[in-house]
Amino acid sequence: MRAAVVVFPGSNCDRDLAVAFRAAGLEVDMVWHKDTELPQVDIVGVPGGFSYGDYLRCGAIAAQSPICTAVKAHADRGGYVLGICNGFQVLTETGLLPGALLRNAGLKYICRTETLRVEATDSIFTQGYRDGQEIDIPIAHHDGNYFADVATLDQLEGDGRVAFRYASNPNGSQRDIAGIVSDNRRVLGMMPHPERAADAGHGGTDGAAMFVGLIDAVAKA
Amino acid sequence: MKARVHVMLKNGVLDPQGEAVRHALGAMGFDGVDAVRQGKVIDLDLAPGTTEAQVTEMCEKLLANTVIESYTIEIAS
Repeated sequence: MRAAVVVFPGSNCDRDLAVAFRAAGLEVDMVWHKDTELPQVDIVGVPGGFSYGDYLRCGAIAAQSPICTAVKAHADRGGYVLGICNGFQVLTETGLLPGALLRNAGLKYICRTETLRVEATDSIFTQGYRDGQEIDIPIAHHDGNYFADVATLDQLEGDGRVAFRYASNPNGSQRDIAGIVSDNRRVLGMMPHPERAADAGHGGTDGAAMFVGLIDAVAKA
Repeated sequence: MKARVHVMLKNGVLDPQGEAVRHALGAMGFDGVDAVRQGKVIDLDLAPGTTEAQVTEMCEKLLANTVIESYTIEIAS
């Protein structure tokens, strides 16, 4: 199975994400933001970082890049997409996921490990967890304050599309939301960094389950 | 021709930066600042004949995120 990891100018978690995919047995192609086509892949990873220097809004300019047109087409065909941190911001800016990420309510950049509660285990990325399982995953962001209007939040909750919630809300996110999935469960965006908790050397391995079962999960889906 | 686009967070969307500015003004002794909202001003130099509709499209597609932001356009010919 193959995954593509998108590289924007300013991405800085692209290599970490590729390492996590490879450790799970996937082959990985790195794709540049100016590429107009994706290689034949099952999963696209949109990594963390500061694409285009976070100019205008986090993820806004990346969302208009040539590769994002291809990522949208991949998602529209039912392809899998995982957006982490800046990647989540990019996915909201492209419209693949609803809502937006605002400046943290406390205005500070926060870099620490947070406890998340897994609330949707019906995606390939979260099927390795138990419903309600608590996992420790690092966050590192300045703009992770999830916002959507009340109707959208109600719909996300009603449809079981909140994938992860913070046990102790660090950034002001509406309803403690840390990650959400698309209607078809194939696009997942989250602010915390599972690829930074995927190896014993990271100091925690609670993120590994998002990667290790991917090949089997895609085969079953 | 020139256009000026004002982008503001929508009412109801918390503006923590505006709040921080409000606190700072209060701490400096400026009483009676009830609220501060911070936004962006984007000046565009445009080819003659660019229409307001085109500027609106720029706002909708890139300059503002209409999930959280509202915008106004001033055309100065």
